[in-house]
Amino acid sequence: METLHSILPELIRIVICAIGGAVIVFGNALVMGYAERKLAGHIMLRPGPMEVGWHGILQLVVDGIKLMGKQLVVPKQADKPLYMLAPILAFAPVFAPLLLIPFSDKLQGFDIDVGMLVILAFASINVLAILIGGWSSNNKYSLFGAFRSVAQNVAYEIPMLISLLAVVFMTNTFSLREIAAAQSPVWFVLLQPLAFLIYIVAMVAETNRAPFDLPEAESELTAGFHTEYSGMSFSLFVLGEYANMFIVCSVATVFFLGGSSGIPLPYFEYTGALWFLLKVYALMFFLVWIRWTYPRTRFDQLMNFCWKYLIPFSLVNLLITVVVVKLI
Amino acid sequence: MKSYFSELFTGAWSLILGLKVTIKTMFTPIVTVQYPREKLEITPNYRGHIDLIKDAETGTHKCISCGSCQRECPSDCIVVVGEKREGVKGKVLTKFTLDFTKCSLCGACVEVCPTKALDYSNEYELAGDARSDFYFDILKRVEERK
Repeated sequence: METLHSILPELIRIVICAIGGAVIVFGNALVMGYAERKLAGHIMLRPGPMEVGWHGILQLVVDGIKLMGKQLVVPKQADKPLYMLAPILAFAPVFAPLLLIPFSDKLQGFDIDVGMLVILAFASINVLAILIGGWSSNNKYSLFGAFRSVAQNVAYEIPMLISLLAVVFMTNTFSLREIAAAQSPVWFVLLQPLAFLIYIVAMVAETNRAPFDLPEAESELTAGFHTEYSGMSFSLFVLGEYANMFIVCSVATVFFLGGSSGIPLPYFEYTGALWFLLKVYALMFFLVWIRWTYPRTRFDQLMNFCWKYLIPFSLVNLLITVVVVKLI
Repeated sequence: MKSYFSELFTGAWSLILGLKVTIKTMFTPIVTVQYPREKLEITPNYRGHIDLIKDAETGTHKCISCGSCQRECPSDCIVVVGEKREGVKGKVLTKFTLDFTKCSLCGACVEVCPTKALDYSNEYELAGDARSDFYFDILKRVEERK
C-alpha cells in the first residue's frame, strides 16, 4: 500500500480500501456460514448442507438471495426508527477496524498510532446495536437478550483489554503493525500464554458465541435480541457477527500469533497475508469447534467466571509483565 | 482458596476432554444415508403390506381363491374373487385387492392361507396424496413383478 500511496491519489486509495473491506466482510460471511454448518454437521456425524452445488457449496448464496427477498416485518408496537437503525449499527462499524488490520507488511489500509484502541472502540459499538435492537423490538425475549448482552460484553471487555495491555507493555506501542513486527523472533503466545488464553475466552464472550451465546439463547429466549428481525435486517446482524469474529481473531493473530510472519514466500510483503489469513481461520475453526462442543453457561456462572477468574488472573499477569519488563 | 484453583484445573481439564470428543467425532465417517439417492437394504423380516408370492416353478401365484384370508381379516379389507373355468382344475383368481387404509398389518391372512400363497412385502415408500393410492391390486402386483 505504501507503493500505491505514492502513485495514486488518497481518494482512490480510500475507495480501494473500502472495496477490500466489503469483500472481506461478505466473503468471510459466505465462507464462515458454510464452514460453520459443514463443521457442525461433521461434529454431529451428519454431512451438513449437501443439496445446492457440490457438497452444498452454493447453499449460502441461495440463502442470501432468500433473505434479500424476504419482507422486513416491523412489529406494531416497535419503536420504528430505532428498530431499523439497530441492524445498520451492528453492521456498519465493522468496516473501520478492517482498514487498520495489518494483513501483511504492506497490505494495510491505514496504520495509526492508536490502532488497538480504535479497533476495540469500534468493536464495542456492537453492544449498543444489540441493546437498541432488543429494546426497540418491544418483545420480552429481545429485551432479556439485550440486557444479557450488555452485562456480558461490559464485563468481558475488561479482561480482554487487560490481557492486550500486557502485550502493549512489552512492545511500548498501540500500533498494530509495530506490535506484529515486534514478534519476529518469538510469538507473544509463548511469552504471554495466560494473556492469550484470557483473550480467547473474552473473545468468545465478546462475539456472543456459544458457550457464551446468552443474548440469543434459543432454548430460553427464542432468538434473543433478534427475535423480531426478519429478512435483510436479520442477516445484517449475522454479517456483523461474522465480521466481528474475523476482527477479534485478527487482533489475536496480530497480538499473539505474530501477524503475517511465517515461512517466507515470494513477494512476502504481500503474500504474508496468506499466513495471516491461515492463522485467523485456524482461530475461527477453534471458535466453531468450541461452539459445537460446550453447552451454554448459566448467566451467574458466566459472570462469576469473568469477575472471579478472568479479571484477577489478567491483573496478576499484567503486574508480572510490568515488573519483568521494568527489570529487564 | 484450595477449591478455587482445583475447580479451575478440573474445569479446564474437562473442557479439553470435551474438545477431544468432538474432534474425534468430526473425523469419524458419516452415517447419514442420502435417502432419495441412496437407500438402505430392507431386512426380509420387515412386515409391509401383504403380497402374493410368485412361485418360481409355475411362474404364477399359488392362490386357490378359497377366500380364507377374506373371512379371517378382522378389518375386512381383503377382497378375493375367483371363477370356475373350462378345463382348469379348481378356481381361477380374477381379483385380489387390499384396502390398505384399513389394514392393521396383523398378519392373520398370511397365517391362515392354506397354500402359503401370501407373504409380507418389503414395500416401505408408502406416501400418497389420495385415499385411492392405498387400494392395492395385489393380483396385478404379482403379475407385474419379475
